[in-house]
Amino acid sequence: MNDKTSDIENAVSVHNVYKNYGDVEALRDLSLDFPRGQLTSLLGPSGCGKTTLLKIIAGLLRANSGEITVNGQPVAGPGPDRAFVFQDFALLPWANVIRNVAFGLELRGVDRSEREAIAEKYIGDVGLKGFEKSYPHELSGGMRQRVGLARALSVDSQVLLMDEPFSAVDEQTRRKFQEDLLKLVKNESKTFIFVTHSIEEAVYVSDQVAILLPRPSRVSEIIRPEGFRHKDANSIRRDPEYLDIVDRIWASLRTYVE
Amino acid sequence: MKLFGYQLPAMSSLILWGLLWEIVGQLELTFFLPPLSAIFSTLMEISTTSVFLKALADTGYAFFIGTSSAIAIGIPVGILMGKSRFLDELLLPWVNMFLSAPLTALVPVLMVLFGFGMKAIIITTALFAIWIIVLNSRAGVMQINRSLVEMAHSFGASPKDAFFKIYFWAALPEILGGVRIGFIRAVKGVIIGQLLISIVGFGALFELYSSNFLMKHFWAVLIVLFAIAFTIAEFLAHLERKVEYYASRR
Repeated sequence: MNDKTSDIENAVSVHNVYKNYGDVEALRDLSLDFPRGQLTSLLGPSGCGKTTLLKIIAGLLRANSGEITVNGQPVAGPGPDRAFVFQDFALLPWANVIRNVAFGLELRGVDRSEREAIAEKYIGDVGLKGFEKSYPHELSGGMRQRVGLARALSVDSQVLLMDEPFSAVDEQTRRKFQEDLLKLVKNESKTFIFVTHSIEEAVYVSDQVAILLPRPSRVSEIIRPEGFRHKDANSIRRDPEYLDIVDRIWASLRTYVE
Repeated sequence: MKLFGYQLPAMSSLILWGLLWEIVGQLELTFFLPPLSAIFSTLMEISTTSVFLKALADTGYAFFIGTSSAIAIGIPVGILMGKSRFLDELLLPWVNMFLSAPLTALVPVLMVLFGFGMKAIIITTALFAIWIIVLNSRAGVMQINRSLVEMAHSFGASPKDAFFKIYFWAALPEILGGVRIGFIRAVKGVIIGQLLISIVGFGALFELYSSNFLMKHFWAVLIVLFAIAFTIAEFLAHLERKVEYYASRR
């Protein structure tokens, strides 16, 4: 009975997952729940297996053992309940913005006029109106990631998996992205899983921060920055609780940084 | 090309060499090199004869069928080799061997297998073209951005979708490069086939003119062949430039 309740509360659950690459142990006995409608960050130094965990949830990688469920259903591969945002955007360079945004729907067999109408809506939502016919090489890094985000939104999955989505864009764009992401989490009733190596970014955008440590990879701590969630985007960065949490995380991570 | 600060029109080096050829020809130093103007007037004469048109049609037919089948087989095989480690290890030694093999030496074997007709010529043409097309398509797929493949996979692409919507397009710049070189090799292939297998088409004309020392006629046919090969190669290079913008950004 208890299990059933947690299935409803948590959009994604990961239980006792092991993953090895040959002799290298990437994940050992990792368990973590992702509450529905919230943003959970996977934060940790490089090599702690956060991208591996995200790709296992996406169904792009297989765990050696353990159980991963999305809405109570075990994950056997990629599915329409999850959409992925890539670190390097993964746009088709030969296709214009509207085809790129509609590509997820194209692969699902939605016909052209319908998928382009949906794509157009999300292109507007991410602030790229007027760029429908542009090609990726004509856009800046930040705009390209907006295309990647619009593509993930347009398939209307309940779970959005983001693999260091802002690490390849410049600092100002990154801040704007973080503010936009807060709005997105509030407005869309989706579950976000967000991989990052930036402590400030994780604390700023997350309802729940899972700190992963390497050797062996495990969840060392779960922090829920709740006090400043209701505040507006501008004042969060000056909030004492925000600053305290950033310091605390840094204190526990610094020993792992050589 | 620039000369004394003036931008010369494209292919002006050809004009220069043409002039030199004309001068050497007019000096009558050797029967091997008649003046270029005489060659062109011979070309005008023979180009309307039924013998020439028949040769052009025969050669064009073998070339077209040969290269089409090289493309239709070579591109999918190359893409599949790039995708599958198993197929790659199975086929790569053969592809490399045939790419560097003196295919001309194989032509007698092809004659035994496929007879002395058009079929053997077409197969010779395809064999000259196909290996570089396979290798280039394979190379195009090998350097594909892994996250494009993961992206297609994560949005539920079927193997067929991945092949036609990701792999083919990602490898297109290399594929076109392979097709261009393949076409140039096929020009050699079709003439060698015609000379060795059965004396038809342009091969027959070369044989006829050179054994009778009709150098003007010989050069005229060679220029036609060069012009055709050059036009095809330039057209494909033009297509290549159209997709070049994303070649470095996949």
